[in-house]
Amino acid sequence: MNSMILTLLVFSPVLGILLMAVIPNTEERNLKLLGFLGTIPALLISLYLYFQYAMGTDLSAFSVKTDWFRFGNLEKYDPNLFAVDYELSVDGFSLIMVILTAVLSTLAAIASIHIKKEWKGYFLLFLLLEIGMLGVFTAQNLILFFVFFEITLIPMFFLIGKWGYLEKEKAAYSFLLYNGLGSAILLIAIMVLFARTGTTNIEALRHIMTVGGVSLFAPLSDGMKYGLLFALLIAFGIKLPIFPLHTWMLRVHVQAPPSIVMLHAGVLLKIGAFGFIRFGMGIFPEQFKNIAFLVAVLGVINLLYGAFLALVQTDFKMVLAYSSISHMGIVLIGLGALNEAGIQGAIFQVVSHGLIAALLFFLVGVMHERVKTTMIGELGGMAKYMPVTSGFLLAGAMASLGLPGMSGFISEFMAFLGLFKEEPILAAIGALGIILTAVYLLRAVLGMTFGKAKRTVAEGVSEIKGVEFAPVLVLLALIITIGIYPSILSGPLQETLDAIMLGIGG
Amino acid sequence: MDMETMLSYDWGAMAPEFIILGTAILLSILDLFAPKQFNRRSLAWLGLTGIFLAFITLLGLMGQETVSILHDTFKLDSFAVAFKLILLFGSALVIVMAHSYEPPEGMNEYRGEFYYLFLAALLGAMVMASSGDLITLFVGLELLSISSYILAGMRKKNLQSNEAAMKYVVNGGISTAITLFGMSYLYGLSGTTNLKEMSAWMVGVFDSQFQYLFGLAFFMILVGLTFKIASAPFHMWAPDVYQGAPTPVTAFLSVISKTAGFAMIYRILIGLFITAPGDSMGAFTFLEKNQVYLAFLAGITMIIGNILALRQRNIKRLFAYSSIAQAGYVLVAVATLGGGTFLFDTVWFYLMAYVFMNLGAFSVIQLVTEKSDTEDISGFAGLYKRSPWLAAVLSIFLLSLAGIPGTAGFIGKLNIILGSVTVEPGHYVLASIMMGTTVISYFYYFGIMTQMFFRPVQGAGNIKIPAGISVVLIVCAIGTILFGIMPSLAFDFLHVNFGDFADFFAL
Repeated sequence: MNSMILTLLVFSPVLGILLMAVIPNTEERNLKLLGFLGTIPALLISLYLYFQYAMGTDLSAFSVKTDWFRFGNLEKYDPNLFAVDYELSVDGFSLIMVILTAVLSTLAAIASIHIKKEWKGYFLLFLLLEIGMLGVFTAQNLILFFVFFEITLIPMFFLIGKWGYLEKEKAAYSFLLYNGLGSAILLIAIMVLFARTGTTNIEALRHIMTVGGVSLFAPLSDGMKYGLLFALLIAFGIKLPIFPLHTWMLRVHVQAPPSIVMLHAGVLLKIGAFGFIRFGMGIFPEQFKNIAFLVAVLGVINLLYGAFLALVQTDFKMVLAYSSISHMGIVLIGLGALNEAGIQGAIFQVVSHGLIAALLFFLVGVMHERVKTTMIGELGGMAKYMPVTSGFLLAGAMASLGLPGMSGFISEFMAFLGLFKEEPILAAIGALGIILTAVYLLRAVLGMTFGKAKRTVAEGVSEIKGVEFAPVLVLLALIITIGIYPSILSGPLQETLDAIMLGIGG
Repeated sequence: MDMETMLSYDWGAMAPEFIILGTAILLSILDLFAPKQFNRRSLAWLGLTGIFLAFITLLGLMGQETVSILHDTFKLDSFAVAFKLILLFGSALVIVMAHSYEPPEGMNEYRGEFYYLFLAALLGAMVMASSGDLITLFVGLELLSISSYILAGMRKKNLQSNEAAMKYVVNGGISTAITLFGMSYLYGLSGTTNLKEMSAWMVGVFDSQFQYLFGLAFFMILVGLTFKIASAPFHMWAPDVYQGAPTPVTAFLSVISKTAGFAMIYRILIGLFITAPGDSMGAFTFLEKNQVYLAFLAGITMIIGNILALRQRNIKRLFAYSSIAQAGYVLVAVATLGGGTFLFDTVWFYLMAYVFMNLGAFSVIQLVTEKSDTEDISGFAGLYKRSPWLAAVLSIFLLSLAGIPGTAGFIGKLNIILGSVTVEPGHYVLASIMMGTTVISYFYYFGIMTQMFFRPVQGAGNIKIPAGISVVLIVCAIGTILFGIMPSLAFDFLHVNFGDFADFFAL
């Protein structure tokens, strides 16, 4: 049972896909219900895993490993040479990411009630996307990781291109181009590692890179290691995104349907951060140490660039898009600090921003459903007609700008704590970004909620209602829980952190 | 040669060829003598039976020791068997496709001819895979080429079909001449046309004057053969011929003819030059020394194919460029020798995957272009509404051609890239070009999917899928997915039955 559970977790959405395939495209209600139910097994299994973990079960008990395939007829030399196994496993960090994915998928499925057409295709792709995301966080070798990584690409392309807003196709192609390039670079890096070491298992690679190579091959030169690390930096930098590789992400944030942006901002961008930590720091700790300052600088640039541009946006979705860039800067800052506090902060930020971005984009969806616009200038006085929605929006903004007691505060605080310890000047410059964050968020949110009511918001606009409460309340609850009781995250993370710190010798 | 020697040969090794030959003759006689009102469409089933029998016979021959008959001009080694499996399997699919092919005019009159010419072309391809001599290689090549010239012009009243045939003949003539010229150098230098003897002689040639001439021969033959695989510099015929030729013929050219071309490249270029010394010291082999030119051709082919495909509106032209690009990917494997370790695996696996994905795609193209009455990609608009299954399977094929995980095309590409970086020093530039152009290819493959899923339906209503086409589609879709998820099936089959293809080089 235990060895099956991760496979079940990753592929549980298949059940929904199969059931959905037999339901005609016209039964909107059933399709939406089934789409929602399709995400439930993964959620239950991931919570079961967390429960088991909390009870003291060793997570490695759930690992699964079977032969998949191998390149070349080399079995006679070495049974593992150029073999690719099917291996899934979770540790504290990936368990958190899996839970985040499962929770956000379920909530995004609820948010999908606003989808207006082709529900069948939408939910098929939606569940396929979930398989990809769950797989990415559990895969234990680079090729399997890449397979799942690319599986997220295809559904996203269609979800953006078909169910998005006005310039959806342009956004979809922009997404495809950037992420395709990122994947291409990633694949080459993976294949070079594979060719030089004969394995893609992450643990084995970590061992080979830090301790010593296999005698069969020439050792990787230092230059090659830096080359590979930079390749990973670019590949995951596109995903994260790092300035100046971010333009695709703005389009996606603005054009994709809000339920998909919830997943995109909440989980998919995080794959970039996950990749940095797992592969960048995990496999190349020595080299990562030497470029840490660069990473921190990139982080500060991201933070400030995103914040400054968010300041002048007229579309609330654009504000949130730039805010995402800005917040991803904090992840980089934390990683660049290269000490325990910094890395912990980075991972906290990954989770925290995932929840906050999902919350804000869900509210964007709710608003757009009612007032058909997200332009700040055309909104105003929402507090009068939609007081509850406005309240939630303000709460989301507060979480985002890092109000103490909410998750955003913990992560920003720790990331900066880490950086101040190592690079006080850089950190001081970066800290400006925190002030700016407060400014742009309050400007946008207050502009929409208070002031004189514009014609778009008028009597008769309905308040947030029914199932729409569920995502908001769940997300807010999680944000506040992490804010006041951070151990819920730091507990599972400790082991991963220790391993990373051991690698970089901190 | 007296009767006794003739009878002493192990003719059983040629049984698949004989079956195909016999079927072709039978079909031509039936076509000649059958009454006019006899529907020649059913001849397809006879042809299919022939191919099927040949396939079974070939499987039966698989475990045997290498057989070499007719003074080593025909040899049945593991390489020959492996490639002939692909050729026969692909042809079986194409002939079923052709059975359902109903263009507005020009096909029904000559349907009988189509089938036996098709089998003749297949016979040529099989001989190419099995030859141990320049003469038989050339005869096979010409048999394949000349049959394909006629096939391309099958729709005699159709202007484009005529243009296709004409361009194909002219280009083919030039390229064949170049190949033959290159071969004449090899013959002139070595004094033999037998590849085995030639290879044995070339191993001992350290004189750089000779090696210079080897180089000349090598490039002449290579350039001539790029015609068959539709890669640079002889790729320009492909778009016009692919567009004009009847769709099953296009499918045949893009898959079977290409596979045969690669088989011939392996027979001559790899077989001879991989062991020949590349300098007077023998420090490098000839291929190691000249790899860079092959790599250059591969790179150029991928770039040309993928970039030009972006601008195409005609679906068959688009697939012509796509197939040029695919040839480029396989050439990467040839140029890097699959990293040495994967010399045969890479090419065989990719070509096998290519049979599934490309023939599948062409079956859909054939059906949709017939029903929409246009070859413009807008004919695919709203295919999702007209026939969801057709749209779904075409997406599988397109994703596989684009090399997306979960499909056989991905594993094939992975293996090629692995091969290209395994050697020391790795071919990083070539691998990067391959991945870069793959990203470019997303645009036109996804462009078709954009039409299918995002655009509203234009014109005609639902599409009914004929039985033959649905069989092809099911087989191709299953193959594409199965070998993408469980590639070990194919790799194990290869390694268990053919080992390391050691008998390919056996002197």
